[in-house]
Amino acid sequence: MSASTFGSGIRRREDPRLITGSASYTDDITLPGTLHAALLRSPYAHARINGIDTSQAAAAQGVVAVYTSADTEGEIAPSPCAWLLPDSGLTIADYHCVAKDTVRYVGDIVAVVVAETRHEAYDALDLIEVDYEPLDAVVEPKKAAADGAPQLHGEIAGNQAFHWTVTGGGDIDEAFSEADVVVKETIIQQRLIPNAMEPRATLASYTAATGELTVWNTTQNPHILRFLSSLVIGVPEDRLRVIAPEVGGGFGSKIAAYPADFITMFCSKKLGAPVKWVESRSENYQATTHGRDHVQEIELAATADGKIKGLRATVWAGMGAYLSTAAPGIPTILHGLMLSGVYDIPAIHEDVYGLYTNTTPVEAYRGAGRPEATFMVERLVDLLAAKLGLDPAEVRRRNFIPKFDNGHDVVTGLTYDSGNYDGALSKLLAESDYQQLRAEQAEARKSGRYIGLGLSTYVEICGLGPSQVAGAIGFQGGLWESAIVRFHPSGKVHVMIGASPHGQGEETTFAQIIAGELGVSPDDVKVIHGDTDNTPMGWGTYGSRTTAVGGAALALAARKIRDKAKVIAAHLLEAAVEDMDYDDGKFFVKGSPDSSKTIQDIALMANVAWNMPEGVEAGLEATTFYDPPNFVFPYGAHLAVVEVDAESGNVELKRYVAVDDCGPQINPVIVEGQVHGGIVQGIGQALWEEGVYDDDGQLLTGTMLDYALPRADRLPDIEVHSTVTPSPHHPLGVKGIGEAGTIASTAAVYNAVIDALAPLGVEAVNMPLTPERVWRSIQAAQGRN
Amino acid sequence: MFAPQFDYYRASSVAEAAALLEQHPDSKVLAGGHSLIPVLKLRLAAPSALIDIGRIDGIRGISEEAGRIVIGALTTHAEIAASATLQSGATALSEAAGMIGDPAVRNRGTIGGNVAHADPASDLPAVLRCLGAEFSIAGSSGTRTVDAADFFEGLMTTAVEEHEILTAISLPSGSSGQGSAYAKFSHPASRYAVIGAAASVTVADGVCSAASVALGGLVPAPVRAAAVEDALAGKALSAGAIADAARCVGDSLDDDEVLGDVYASAEYRSAVAHVWVGRALTAAAARCG
Repeated sequence: MSASTFGSGIRRREDPRLITGSASYTDDITLPGTLHAALLRSPYAHARINGIDTSQAAAAQGVVAVYTSADTEGEIAPSPCAWLLPDSGLTIADYHCVAKDTVRYVGDIVAVVVAETRHEAYDALDLIEVDYEPLDAVVEPKKAAADGAPQLHGEIAGNQAFHWTVTGGGDIDEAFSEADVVVKETIIQQRLIPNAMEPRATLASYTAATGELTVWNTTQNPHILRFLSSLVIGVPEDRLRVIAPEVGGGFGSKIAAYPADFITMFCSKKLGAPVKWVESRSENYQATTHGRDHVQEIELAATADGKIKGLRATVWAGMGAYLSTAAPGIPTILHGLMLSGVYDIPAIHEDVYGLYTNTTPVEAYRGAGRPEATFMVERLVDLLAAKLGLDPAEVRRRNFIPKFDNGHDVVTGLTYDSGNYDGALSKLLAESDYQQLRAEQAEARKSGRYIGLGLSTYVEICGLGPSQVAGAIGFQGGLWESAIVRFHPSGKVHVMIGASPHGQGEETTFAQIIAGELGVSPDDVKVIHGDTDNTPMGWGTYGSRTTAVGGAALALAARKIRDKAKVIAAHLLEAAVEDMDYDDGKFFVKGSPDSSKTIQDIALMANVAWNMPEGVEAGLEATTFYDPPNFVFPYGAHLAVVEVDAESGNVELKRYVAVDDCGPQINPVIVEGQVHGGIVQGIGQALWEEGVYDDDGQLLTGTMLDYALPRADRLPDIEVHSTVTPSPHHPLGVKGIGEAGTIASTAAVYNAVIDALAPLGVEAVNMPLTPERVWRSIQAAQGRN
Repeated sequence: MFAPQFDYYRASSVAEAAALLEQHPDSKVLAGGHSLIPVLKLRLAAPSALIDIGRIDGIRGISEEAGRIVIGALTTHAEIAASATLQSGATALSEAAGMIGDPAVRNRGTIGGNVAHADPASDLPAVLRCLGAEFSIAGSSGTRTVDAADFFEGLMTTAVEEHEILTAISLPSGSSGQGSAYAKFSHPASRYAVIGAAASVTVADGVCSAASVALGGLVPAPVRAAAVEDALAGKALSAGAIADAARCVGDSLDDDEVLGDVYASAEYRSAVAHVWVGRALTAAAARCG
């Protein structure tokens, strides 16, 4: 293998253990004497607790302990919110890990049972008697903001967690008052439930003699969990070890540090025994964080020839009953700052109200704020095209930011790194044969068939991000990443990273980065992650940041190694360092490639250190802390083709074509996989998925029988294409790709359905676009209802 | 979640199973487990005992006897979907069985367990109602036979009494000129039927000489659509005639009985049921050999 390994679609080294069942997840780990915890969760969305009787449960077979808030008070601090959004009036309600006197969503924890077996723990839950006094609930964010709404947290007026604003560019009111055309819409970004394949789990093991606590957890960010746990549980960070073993997906739902995790740690500390808690799928639906949940009132001002002059929006964002770890930044920083999209928009204003509701707390969910922003912008652009009678592709072209290679400022305050938006759209239109599709659509309409084409041209912000910016926007951590590259005497390599991949494939792609930088085979590189005791500090895997930030750290560490190796090679070849050349793992005197030292030769010499240049330390190892100078901004253009059966309202997705640009691709097969999965999750929002609560706050879609995840047989083959625009500030030029598909695809499918229904007079349908909703919109547009 | 505690008995014969059911009044019969186990794990039921009939010989498999096709209660959905006998003689049934759940469900789930559970969203009840099935029910006092019209009594209730076991289901073998089909609007999550339409038509001399149409999914127990059947009588099965007849389906639905849920309301299901009736009839007509 050689440097050409960078960029080749080698197979994921993670897969053999995953698909043969030999991977070890948190629930696969059991220590001698492990006890099992089960959590009693509130069946009410809002209720006062007048009393709890645990005596029967405590006496049940196998039960070791039963704890309520009376036991945890003062022992477990409230679950922290760690994104302190500035200038927003942020008010954080105490999130007691075990509810004190009031429960505020179905799933709020009321008590914990620890027993010798999991079954005994669950059986004992049924024996706990809780005297609830039900209170009125509110589940929709806009209703929570209304006068007279039930109040969740007495001390917080109007259920308002924050009011955040972004204003940029020219005078927004003037943009609208002087506009030739204004288009408006109200969009409900429905609540989504992430459904990682592996539910959450924690195994905590406390050793009283040493005061050490080891925690195995399904986290996307073990170092953050260690940091927060030390604050909440009171075990010093040096005695606390967090291990993320195999983690079966997260999509954002495993970013948060959860009450259940802290409770499990508390139980182990209290009982001096290992305690394991594993979430059931029902609990996962009820109590693992949800995503989205916006009501958006949006409008766009433009000239008669389709040039956008301003975008204005008000968003009510449901936050759930409490603020999850990173929640306040999602509908604000990661949303509002992206409202310029791929367009030159001279004036933007958005108000975002974060509201407490009697629902499961929301968090990042794949895309996290950016799908909600892209949808707004892409919807408005399509509305503008419809209003002006222009093709949606043409309206986009009239407003695109022109091609740029090294920085473009948008009015929300961000500087995009590089982009060629028209290039991506042009490729999409060519690859999909767009003009031919339009002709087929027109032909089909004549015979009463409703085919629709939907475009979505997007840019997203990822590779989070410069730590100075993190501080300025209230994120209570850094956003750099680190990597250690260590050569062993035989030339084999260990890479230790602070990021924590959990399905994305960086064990493979990071080995490819080392292969590309140092000319070793990727098979000779082991990537170690997920254990705070043997990896350097890192801020986690989310926000499409692991390759964009951690990959940069790795590349720079490899280059440090190359520099050191060159010095050693020069010494061994008795040449001056400046006369040395390097190619594909070999060091040689310029012009004499036949007499060379390989990186493996150097690794051996550096490790035995028999003959080192003067002043050069033994060993071949480097550490880099990489704090990016800016975010990265992948982009692309997607097209969905649908056919709607007007009789039943059923939507069939017939074709999906994507052009994405994430810069140079380390492994195009992994990129394609990320694009596929991302697109499918976005399609899920458009067509099938919705977390539904009734007015009393009962979750009606709390099982896989009710909550409709995408299934392969309802999807066409996804056609994936790409363009390559390197990021000017990244050592490898790469951008993130984990969320791109999700950010683009919801709007593409939605726009396609509305395009299909245009001849019937339908202008809007709430998501997901179920047959009934589509059918009703047709009935209403046709005046039948 | 985890099921509450229960005792487990494995019966080796139908008689033993019937005896165990009498000995354990609060027990449930376990066959493929695909209806019962989820109910237990969600703690929606807590029977004291499960009587496992899954390994009883003689109530599994498909055979033909005296002009009827007999299907043992333990026959799996996968076996029904793959049966050449059923594919030709009762096409709608094999077609419907092939649409249940996913391969894992079809490999474990049984026809007997399915119909004895009588979930209104299940596929097979409507098909069995359409095809004129008869149900053999065994108890300590012997075996009795009930036809489909009487077997499905309502929401999750059947003619099987507390200490009885469903052992077999029989259908008339298909006749020449007859074709049948099942069309399903499946729930995107569960794949249960939001609307299920089963149709059987016989064509003689170019016109419809017999028709049977039954609906499931949107009603507590399967119903025949007599108005649709009547509208087809004596007609050539043209696309227009089928569409017109399908639109009569509303006459066979009692508005107070039609089921709705968070995914699809009763009003919507009633309004679009004709689409699936039409699809089933079209496919059935195309199969009239």
